Amino acid sequence: MSTTTTDLHHDPHGHGHEHADPHFQHHFTDMEQQFDTSKIGMWLFLVTEVLLFGGLFVGFGLMQARYPQEFLEAHEHLQRPLGALNTVVLLFSSYTMVMGVLSAKKGQTSKLVGYLAATITCACIFLVVKYFEYAHKFEDGLLPGHWYSHKGDLIPNSHGYATFFSFYFMMTGLHGIHIVAGIAVLLWVLIRARKGEFSGAYYTPVDLVGLYWHIVDLIWIYLFPLYYLIK
Amino acid sequence: MNTHHENSHEEHGGPKVMLATLLALLFLTIVTVGASYIDFGSGNVVIALFIATIKGTLVALFFMHLRWDKPVNAIIACAGFLFLGIFLMFDFIDFGTRNNLQPVNFNGMPAIQGPAPVAPAAPAGAPAPMGEKKE
Repeated sequence: MSTTTTDLHHDPHGHGHEHADPHFQHHFTDMEQQFDTSKIGMWLFLVTEVLLFGGLFVGFGLMQARYPQEFLEAHEHLQRPLGALNTVVLLFSSYTMVMGVLSAKKGQTSKLVGYLAATITCACIFLVVKYFEYAHKFEDGLLPGHWYSHKGDLIPNSHGYATFFSFYFMMTGLHGIHIVAGIAVLLWVLIRARKGEFSGAYYTPVDLVGLYWHIVDLIWIYLFPLYYLIK
Repeated sequence: MNTHHENSHEEHGGPKVMLATLLALLFLTIVTVGASYIDFGSGNVVIALFIATIKGTLVALFFMHLRWDKPVNAIIACAGFLFLGIFLMFDFIDFGTRNNLQPVNFNGMPAIQGPAPVAPAAPAGAPAPMGEKKE
């Protein structure tokens, strides 16, 4: 992501004369190449994100194969309507994000600010719903590892239930951290957009933050059925 | 997507395409939630993951612009998922072929299936091929 944090107001290089855009960095051929390069960097980062969550998905799959009954029983504790609600919220936020990118490309700053604000609002709604879900788990003792204290499971003394909630909190928690990070970068882009720093010629941060936001959505698209729906 | 010819003059999927993508994603969410209330046996997992993959592909192609982007980004994305697939595949081949994984480590695990020797503290009579440590 460091590729996007250009030194905006440092343009003392005399050889920038053919490029009026202050965001242009002299080691690139032109603005298009600069944009493409940033984008490739972002995609490489997104691949590492996929692999990060991929490892957890593999672990979850293996443990589900090992404790099938416990996992089935444990997943009944998750509230399917809340999971579905959060899915809709995130999908909608992805839509507002992509509309923001389209507005940025056309140089429509006020629309861009509006769409970014809508995306941040959706992200906050997601976290609020997540908070209620977590509170419910905490009350019932549905906690990871040796904190697990729920009574009345069908298979007594099995480690499967605690294992399920270890993975549940690890994966949804890590995803939640990504949402929080997303809110932070969205706010950063929002502030820059309000200052009028983006135009049709330069909107790289909007585009890259958009890509990040979509990968967070994409990960949730897999988390939701695996945790809430699978029987 | 009905807006196929529109793309040519309204360069790269405009708002209409994105709205159609959103509606398709919401529709698929309803389908996958609905399908989860019906018991298809082991088919539920397959259906859920299949629909999730369609949704993920829609997000990548339209929201993430891969459809109109330079191919290098799509290649990077595909490489990521390819290696994730290799990772998944070999782990599950491994898991599926080790029968002695189940009873290891955990005392008090009920329903130990299979012909594996049950007594956990028994000194290993026959050399275990996988070299799993038993405590």
